Amino acid sequence: MQRARPAPQNGFNFEYMMWLFTRISGLALSLLAIIGIIGAFWMGAREQIDVGALLRWTFFPNPFHVVNSEIPDVTIGWATAYWQIMQMMIVFFGVTHGMNGLRMVIEDYLGSPRARILTRSLLFLFWLFLVIACVYVILYS
Amino acid sequence: MTLKRNVGLRGLTYAGGGPMLAWILHRISGLGIIIFVSIHVLAGFSTHVVGSAWGDPVNRIYESLPFQIFIFFCVLYHALNGLRIVLLDFWPRMLEHQRLAIYLQWAIFIPVFGLSVFLMIRSALASG
Repeated sequence: MQRARPAPQNGFNFEYMMWLFTRISGLALSLLAIIGIIGAFWMGAREQIDVGALLRWTFFPNPFHVVNSEIPDVTIGWATAYWQIMQMMIVFFGVTHGMNGLRMVIEDYLGSPRARILTRSLLFLFWLFLVIACVYVILYS
Repeated sequence: MTLKRNVGLRGLTYAGGGPMLAWILHRISGLGIIIFVSIHVLAGFSTHVVGSAWGDPVNRIYESLPFQIFIFFCVLYHALNGLRIVLLDFWPRMLEHQRLAIYLQWAIFIPVFGLSVFLMIRSALASG
């Protein structure tokens, strides 16, 4: 049998760090999602909400992102530094959590060290692009 | 070796039970979220920053009802299952009750997801 992935080692190494990060960022994302839902309801989304709008508010509370919703004057509530920081935290935790998860899934099916290096490099570049694109949207909306 | 094995539909009868189902659904829902978010960011970026129009048909796909139901399934299942994993990992004594935890997770997931899908379909029918 070909070994798909090296066995985990003891101690504070990359795999353990990402294991811990996945759990902590998962908890953080749940908390940020709840804060986003409460913020949406606070700003008057009680009447007009549908599931698409709920997901837009919950996971990227950006005035540019929720502009399709039927809330009047949506930019007044959301375009503050507080929500910008919330968005940046969601983007950082979410994209890193997702790209690390994709790395885990891919490496379950990869044998050779060369393929692993290639995947990690590509995923790192994609991670960087997603974070930069999202931060651009946050800062210029 | 693993990659050349032909499992086919016999994989469905593998006696992994609830934990295996949770594991594979966690992977499927995670990949679903990654694919959706990546395409969403790429399409939005190309529409609003680059000024290209290829994102418009993509937008229509993920604003459709079946895709919204699928993505809501992914988000809700991944969140609930992830919370269960965090609880069991950080409090290993709870592992005694891990099958109960999976049943409890379904007991939360099915009503929430069912009610949301009902509301989504009802509002889609009402709006035309």
